[in-house]
Amino acid sequence: MSKRTYELIYVLKPDAPETEVADMHKQVADIVERLGGAIDKTDTWGRRKLAYEIGHHKEGFYVLEVITGSGELMKEIDRRLKVTEGLLRHLIVRVDESTIKAERMRTKRIDESRRRRVARGLPPDRQPGEGPQGEDSDDSGDLMFDGAETEV
Amino acid sequence: MAFGGPKRGGPGGARGKAGDKDKDKAGQRRGGGFFRRRKVCKFCADKIDDINYKDVKLLSGFVPERGKVLPRRISGTCAKHQRGLRVAIVRARQLALLPYAAD
Repeated sequence: MSKRTYELIYVLKPDAPETEVADMHKQVADIVERLGGAIDKTDTWGRRKLAYEIGHHKEGFYVLEVITGSGELMKEIDRRLKVTEGLLRHLIVRVDESTIKAERMRTKRIDESRRRRVARGLPPDRQPGEGPQGEDSDDSGDLMFDGAETEV
Repeated sequence: MAFGGPKRGGPGGARGKAGDKDKDKAGQRRGGGFFRRRKVCKFCADKIDDINYKDVKLLSGFVPERGKVLPRRISGTCAKHQRGLRVAIVRARQLALLPYAAD
């Protein structure tokens, strides 16, 4: 079974006592364990203002869990969360593919910038003190032009 | 957002003609010659490959008051990143991190 990485975020009612938060986490953890997954990380964001009211609540208690496991596992979690009371929202997103993609893009860009620099007869990496006009500048192009304008 | 209106830098008209005043976006490059202030894709410029739905601070810059997604013609975001941006905003909306609509 292929292992995939998912992010699960759920939003509890703002007045949920700590026991309820812990209980929710345990419920998820149980399913994950039962179906042979693993929780890589749990990040409790805590109370946050909601962008819109959900059932007269203006705030929500956010928890993020990073889970490795199969698609069936996430399906089961999704099914369970759907019928869970006291939960305002939840969302499951698969993240491994986009992380790999972003990583690939990053390496590609670095290689490309090195290639161009070498072609220009420069050392492959940026030297300290090099101006912001460098092609592989860390500044955004936006700032680049602003800087040029103000200096005139 | 910075992308919204023409952001004036320095005295771009120093060497320019007086008639250029109304062309707010026209500036002068170092090498001389005019250019229309180019709108740059924020994600290309800042090298953000993975537009994350959890980054509310970043996304909210592309969601104006009304709650809609800021169009590409205004923000200057490239097609590829606008696509990713849209997905991120839609996800953030589900979790009430961003509004669907205001009022």
